[in-house]
Amino acid sequence: MAYSTKQAYRTNSESRLGKETRTVKFKFDGRRYTGLEGDSLASALLANGVHLVGRSFKYHRPRGIMAAGVEEPNALITLVGRHSTAKSAIRSGRITPNLRATQIELYDGLEAYSQNRFPSLRHDLQAANGWFGRFLVAGFYYKTFKGFGFGLGRVGASFAWSRIYEPLIRRSAGLGKAPRASDPDHYAQFYRHCDVLVVGGGAAGLSAALRAGKAGASVILCDETPHLGGSLLDVENDSVHIDNKYAGQWVKSMVKEIAAIKSITVMTRTQCFGLFADGFAALSQQTGDHVPRNHGQSEGAAASADLPREVLWQVRAKATILATGALERPLVFPNNDRPGVMLASAAEAYLSRYGVAVGRQVVVFTASDSAYGSALTLVGGGVKVTHLIDLREAAAQPRALVDKLREAGVQIIPKASITMVHGKLRVKSIQYRRLDSLGQPQGAELEIPCDTVLMSGGWTPSLHLHSQARGTVRWEEASQNFLPAAPKPHLNFKLVSAGACSGRFGIANALDSGLAAAATALKMVGITDKGGATRPKVVERPISWQGHLGAVPHGHDPRRVKAFVDFQNDVTERDLLIATQEGMKSIEHVKRYTTTGMATDQGKTSNLNGMAIAAEALNRPIPAVGLTTFRMPYTPTSFGIFAGYARGNLFDPIRITPMHRIAVEQGAVFEDVGQWKRAFYFPRAGESMHDAVYRECLTVRQNVGLFDASTLGKIEILGPDSAEFLERFYINPWKKLATGRCRYGILLNEAGFIIDDGVVARIAEDRFHVTTTTGGAARVFAMMEDYLQTEWPELNCWLTSTSEQFAVIAVQGPNARNVLTGLVEGVDLNPTVLPHMGFVQGHICGGIPMRLFRVSFSGELGFEVNIPSAQGPLVMAALLAKVQALKGTVYGTEAMHILRAEKGYIIVGQDTDGTVTPDDAGMAGAIGKNKLDFVGKRSLSRPDMIAPNRKQLVGLLPKEPSLALEDGAQVVAMNNPPAGTPALGHVTSAYYSPILGRNIAMGLVMGGRAKMGETVYIPIGDKTVAAEIVNPVFYDPTGDRVNV
Amino acid sequence: MLLISCPYCQETRPEIEFRNSGEAWLVRPRDPSTLNDEQWGDFLYGRSNTKGWLGERWRHVHGCGRFFNAIRHTVTDQIIMVSPSGTPRPSDSELQKLIAARESEMQAWHSGEIGFGGSAPGHDSKPSSAKTTK
Repeated sequence: MAYSTKQAYRTNSESRLGKETRTVKFKFDGRRYTGLEGDSLASALLANGVHLVGRSFKYHRPRGIMAAGVEEPNALITLVGRHSTAKSAIRSGRITPNLRATQIELYDGLEAYSQNRFPSLRHDLQAANGWFGRFLVAGFYYKTFKGFGFGLGRVGASFAWSRIYEPLIRRSAGLGKAPRASDPDHYAQFYRHCDVLVVGGGAAGLSAALRAGKAGASVILCDETPHLGGSLLDVENDSVHIDNKYAGQWVKSMVKEIAAIKSITVMTRTQCFGLFADGFAALSQQTGDHVPRNHGQSEGAAASADLPREVLWQVRAKATILATGALERPLVFPNNDRPGVMLASAAEAYLSRYGVAVGRQVVVFTASDSAYGSALTLVGGGVKVTHLIDLREAAAQPRALVDKLREAGVQIIPKASITMVHGKLRVKSIQYRRLDSLGQPQGAELEIPCDTVLMSGGWTPSLHLHSQARGTVRWEEASQNFLPAAPKPHLNFKLVSAGACSGRFGIANALDSGLAAAATALKMVGITDKGGATRPKVVERPISWQGHLGAVPHGHDPRRVKAFVDFQNDVTERDLLIATQEGMKSIEHVKRYTTTGMATDQGKTSNLNGMAIAAEALNRPIPAVGLTTFRMPYTPTSFGIFAGYARGNLFDPIRITPMHRIAVEQGAVFEDVGQWKRAFYFPRAGESMHDAVYRECLTVRQNVGLFDASTLGKIEILGPDSAEFLERFYINPWKKLATGRCRYGILLNEAGFIIDDGVVARIAEDRFHVTTTTGGAARVFAMMEDYLQTEWPELNCWLTSTSEQFAVIAVQGPNARNVLTGLVEGVDLNPTVLPHMGFVQGHICGGIPMRLFRVSFSGELGFEVNIPSAQGPLVMAALLAKVQALKGTVYGTEAMHILRAEKGYIIVGQDTDGTVTPDDAGMAGAIGKNKLDFVGKRSLSRPDMIAPNRKQLVGLLPKEPSLALEDGAQVVAMNNPPAGTPALGHVTSAYYSPILGRNIAMGLVMGGRAKMGETVYIPIGDKTVAAEIVNPVFYDPTGDRVNV
Repeated sequence: MLLISCPYCQETRPEIEFRNSGEAWLVRPRDPSTLNDEQWGDFLYGRSNTKGWLGERWRHVHGCGRFFNAIRHTVTDQIIMVSPSGTPRPSDSELQKLIAARESEMQAWHSGEIGFGGSAPGHDSKPSSAKTTK
């Protein structure tokens, strides 16, 4: 198919694009068009006479381009990534839905698609939603479908909603489709600091940035568009003169002057989308999409393929100037959403910036003076404007502009209102009526043929960022606008607004307030502005910036017509009336019930009209109804910039032990324990997980096994008061613990519940080696620091986290001593010298310093070898060689868990859940009897903590040994309990024990220790397993095996 | 993201270096056994849950590791003072002085400013009709 090269709506008048601009080709919905370099996708489509670009969110109504900038609610399109085809993009993920056509810079080969239509934009089957649209009004989901369930009552209704209606509605109502593949592009994140951040590069922002920069402040000036200048780029040459220059020329000279100041950084294509506490701003910068990528050979203007697509700038500014401007408000009249109905300022921008006429026969509908200027610009550019309809009386009109327009042949109709728009895929004509003295339509409906309607309801200052920064707003009666209020004194945001966003409309006002804002910002930063500044001379049309709020008088029953307030969310005048009729009084409720002002649009064009309609329906003044809260982001922002490089393997740190490589070589399967990779089990050829785990367990019981315990938390405590500190911290007695001995410590919180445990060794009179659980390491260390620093600062001891300093290898099993013999140096392994719970320092493997604990978490003779992390692999290899010679094994966490469960050793967090006291766990004996206090002690005597029938840790033996219990299963007193039977407790650990050849379990059961020998029942799935309550030490209850 | 001053490092650093550690100036009793159940329950769970100025403990966990006190406004997040652990809580009048000083600093920034909706001070919110042209 040939490219349409006509661009029939491109005018010959001088546009910002210039005459020498290159022609580029692009595709929209598969059709080929041409545009000019410098076009936006929207301006290029309009140059080809294309207004229809999408279907609406709910009703699938045909929609056209309404705006020229960030506020565009209709023209949301899906962009195929640069250097991709539509087909490959779906596979590669290089495709982006829901972009505004007004913000996409055209490039050669661009391919884009309209959204939310099937099978095509012109013939959308689901436009039927429009026909039965009276069912789709505010609140309809909940009222219509949630209660309706095939006569099956509440359950049926809920089923019907979640399985039938909601998916159907969601499929038919919506925006573009998210790509399925992960995003192949990459995104960067940077931090910046500056004295003054200026958001917005229009007249106010330019003058503010220049003054601040000249005074010596470091300034960042950002603008969402590719060019600085804001509305000055859109105005007709005769309308504004600054410093005896045309507006466009003045912008050029300002840009030059700013570029010459080194302390000012200009960032275009950069959206400030969020403002946070203490001058923290989030900026997203487009760096990739508008630049041709050079995949492979990086030459010339083409950017490297390595360039990030977008960059998140996290800026900390000492002061922030908001110069975000104002957005033109649509007027609310029947069928105001038809393709060809646009904002007046947008039509002016398309002509001035891009040389594009938005139509051949234009009618302007306004309640604001500014649209007269827009009409004059259009007329001057050769666009035929036939009528200008003003809601206001003739006396309110700008006299000079009226005369000029009349001279140009425009018929001015005061005190009249458009009551209907005809034409479905494009405006064909409008009807209007005169208004009587009460402002109500009177007389006959008159029809005017036209292809474009330009509307202007006045201007709404953009308060989004001011509001995000928690700035308060005030209602200004004179201008009928919400404006930024002076900050409340207790707010610490160094924030000031300038230009139209602060209600200072017009160019002279913008320049003045920009300079004033810079002065304020400099004061906030503490920079003296020696030079001062004066505003250049401005000649502009003296116009009023007032407008209209709410629906226009159209004389129709709002139930029979569609007059849109929020175009993106398909909210009409009627929806807002329904919401108030149904009792929504708060504007926040109205917003949620109707969805007006929500989602990606954030009410840019709709907020004030919606509020005004609600206010009138509630018969309350607008300031009493109030403004809803603006949310960040101001515009939709790629997820990619938030993720940055934290994707895939870089998403979260991975912690591995020093001996990780050896575990890999031994064929370990790993499990994630927090950030740690821990060896789960070591399958040999042909072994299933169960085979491997059972072999590992039996080998430890009968021979010897090696276990990497390096993940344990370790804390060194040093100082004369170390024992006193431990005495107050753990439940156990420490003062009499002899040097060279270990003790199992239990830690409570102040509420009296077990939160951690671990073995503590006394290395010297004033030095202890504390171990914690793997997951509790950081928490316990922080808690120790807290008590030492803030509760007991008088104690003279120091805490050092040594978790990463030691590699720990557990050698467990009857042959454990034989493994160490010959490797350790200066250490007597004789049980009379190093008994169970003994500790000794020495060396291993030829002089490597070692701390050796004789401890057991398996119930077998056991040692834990602590060596410096760097020597971990060397020692592990030496121990492994000896273990293998003895036909022993390495074992993983699963075998470790089974071995400890066979012995009834608890795992904090598995057998305890934050409600278990030492007595509940059967460990009251560990409490130091003569201690006056320790963390949590006082709570242990509270009535609930000593009440009878608390849940206690017990063993559970299934009557049928082959039946397995499950962690978390409920324990009840009777077989087949009826629904509602209270549980006695639950299973905390359940395993098959290879050494016992049967299933075992531990559980917390009410009054469990008094129920030894009784039978309880554990429903699992549709079966119930009977189990006997027993002592939780299933294997070697006398503990002989550790004492050899 | 807040900026927080560490009274030990004498540096103002971003919030991510710090960890909030709950309400400040709650002292663990020297001998909890002398407290009755109600008093102990108050110590464990009684918190002021203030809307307004709240004394808090923060730890410069990714800096010096020290715990310190701060007084933060729970609505605006403004931190009006920080002090080393163990420093007594400032009296109400001292706190009011700090707030007044901050307020006058802010007034000075905005004095003579025309950016905030012209020269009209305060919050004029007289009732008005919803529409201007009807």
